[in-house]
Amino acid sequence: MEYGISLDGAETMIAYLFRRFLALIPLLLGITGLVFLLMSLAPGDFLTPVRAQRDVSPELIQSIEQQFGLNQPWYVQYVKWLGNVVTGNLGHSWAFKMPVVDLIGQRLLATFLLSVSALVVAWGIAIPLGVLAAMYKDSIFDRISAFLAYAALSLPEFFLALLFMFFAAQSGWFPMGGATSIEYEFMGAGGKILDRAHHLVLPALALGIGSVASIMRIMRANFLDTIRADYVKTARAKGLHEGRVMFVHALRNAINPLISAFGFAFSGLLSGALIVEIVLQYPGLGQLMYQSILREDQFVVLASVMLGCTMLVAGNLLADLLLAWSDPRIRNNRK
Amino acid sequence: MTNLSNLFKTTFRRPLGALSGGLLLLLYLSAIFAELIAPAPTNAQDLERTYHPPTKILWDGGLRVQAYELVDPSAASYAAIEGKSYPLRFMGHGFEYRLLGLFKTDRHLVVCDDPRGAFYLLGSDSTGRDVFSRLVFGSRVSLFIGLLGITITMVLGFLVGGLSGYFGGRTDFVAMRIVEFMMAVPGLYLLLALRAALAPHFASDQMFFVIVIILAFIGWAGTARILRGMALSIRQQAFVMAAESMGQGPLTILRKHVLPNLLSYLLVAATLSIPGYVLGEAALSFLGLGIQEPSASWGLMLSEAQNVKVFYLNFWWLLSPGLAIFLTVIAYNVFGDVLRDVVDPRSQKR
Repeated sequence: MEYGISLDGAETMIAYLFRRFLALIPLLLGITGLVFLLMSLAPGDFLTPVRAQRDVSPELIQSIEQQFGLNQPWYVQYVKWLGNVVTGNLGHSWAFKMPVVDLIGQRLLATFLLSVSALVVAWGIAIPLGVLAAMYKDSIFDRISAFLAYAALSLPEFFLALLFMFFAAQSGWFPMGGATSIEYEFMGAGGKILDRAHHLVLPALALGIGSVASIMRIMRANFLDTIRADYVKTARAKGLHEGRVMFVHALRNAINPLISAFGFAFSGLLSGALIVEIVLQYPGLGQLMYQSILREDQFVVLASVMLGCTMLVAGNLLADLLLAWSDPRIRNNRK
Repeated sequence: MTNLSNLFKTTFRRPLGALSGGLLLLLYLSAIFAELIAPAPTNAQDLERTYHPPTKILWDGGLRVQAYELVDPSAASYAAIEGKSYPLRFMGHGFEYRLLGLFKTDRHLVVCDDPRGAFYLLGSDSTGRDVFSRLVFGSRVSLFIGLLGITITMVLGFLVGGLSGYFGGRTDFVAMRIVEFMMAVPGLYLLLALRAALAPHFASDQMFFVIVIILAFIGWAGTARILRGMALSIRQQAFVMAAESMGQGPLTILRKHVLPNLLSYLLVAATLSIPGYVLGEAALSFLGLGIQEPSASWGLMLSEAQNVKVFYLNFWWLLSPGLAIFLTVIAYNVFGDVLRDVVDPRSQKR
């Protein structure tokens, strides 16, 4: 996978974006094909329990069976499924008894919100800590933060989430699971936002704290590198205010490698979100996927895997764009 | 090989290395001698004593364990009975087992051999099983899954990475596209999909191996990619060309000339990757997709703590497997870091 933007010659931004999205296609084909293969390896027909349910009409089953070629070998099914996906039909969820498209929209939003807020938590804590640790190198603060970072790195997310559940139950300060309260529908706009935020605090913390450690370490090392650079000396020598030297000259350069780590961080969060969502009972994409694997809800699994990978690649792309925005050297394609 | 033993000697001479290495050694020894250390077998239930809190240990001319009585069965609240306790025996008699699978014995490190007494170092769970004993037995799964998994991963990664770095060209291209694909897929998603496909083909007591296979299958790509780069640079060296011109085959060259040069890197990478396996197993078992009851593993034990009753009634001792996982992971991380410093002093933190 290529990181960093190389805009050669006359290629415009739009053409570049287009090229990147084209590169997404083989990845998605590969992963969904793999999931299809794996699911066909599992013994039994996942339609059997569906047929046993009284509330699913046989006509619906038959029409979906027809549409997706469910009684044919897996590669035929795969091709049919692809054809349907292109036209925007992701299939039908047997467990939730609704089209997958309707089901997944809200879940996607919830997971996206969770990942973004975890990212805000992680970066909001890690960057100041990393800068401070570098500025006061070898001080007590540096040592304590290094130790804490090490501990946080070794704390599994599901255990942290479990501890948070414990905390929520014992203190009663935070809701135990869910993305919204029962009264959500009756709240005003402000109340809705506050309610969602209240439900997000613990999952975002559980998800974010794990990545604080690694970001902080990178930030500290980068910042140490940049404040030793010649241009920082120059800036000081020409009499700039120390704050300006640190936060304008040094910080901006130190943060660049982190921005390219952003896409990677995003993917890690996505994987981690799955566990946190399950433990803290947050209704996101990961929880949906877990439940649908347990219930052999094939179409939902496929759709969530596909969307998960798309979000991942989108995260990488966003990182590259951010990097171009923050570093003019890359924007103008000079090394 | 003298090289490797030197490496470990240097690592153990550093304070952090000795501390983390010692902790790991202790953990693995207790896993091997689990029956000796655990006072109760994995599945000895006691439905009269569910959610029993950790028992107090007293000193009265010898170690004694405090006796408790059930005060409120609905809230599982126990109270100590004033002045009543039972003696604990060092190397006393308990359940029968075979030490290391060889010697038949019924001696245990510390037991309460009075049938009326209950000795729960870390409390009991929902069916009155001793959490400490299960923790010790569970460490077998949780600790050895890492060792086994990393061995498979490293062999696979070395073969793919080494061969594609060595041959280059089309082999390299295909292998690296596969590796990139594996790395692009979110790990846990793949984990769940694989487990859904594989699990029905195996009995529940074979889950250990299913998990190892799944984790190794996900993990090899990253190793292969790095090893490919290293093999690529070693390939250019004169001694490889010399071996080639002497007519040695690629596998021999890989084994005799490339492998020794990568050994220390492999060792460091393995140590730093084992926590991933420990965590992977714990996560899978925690989600109910890994090790199944009645076997014990740390993740499985934690999943039992995921219960509203546990949350509200504050049965904190059920979280102890989480602490065990945390300690194992941090010990591996610290040990790996020290090992890396010893192998490659340039990589030292500033």
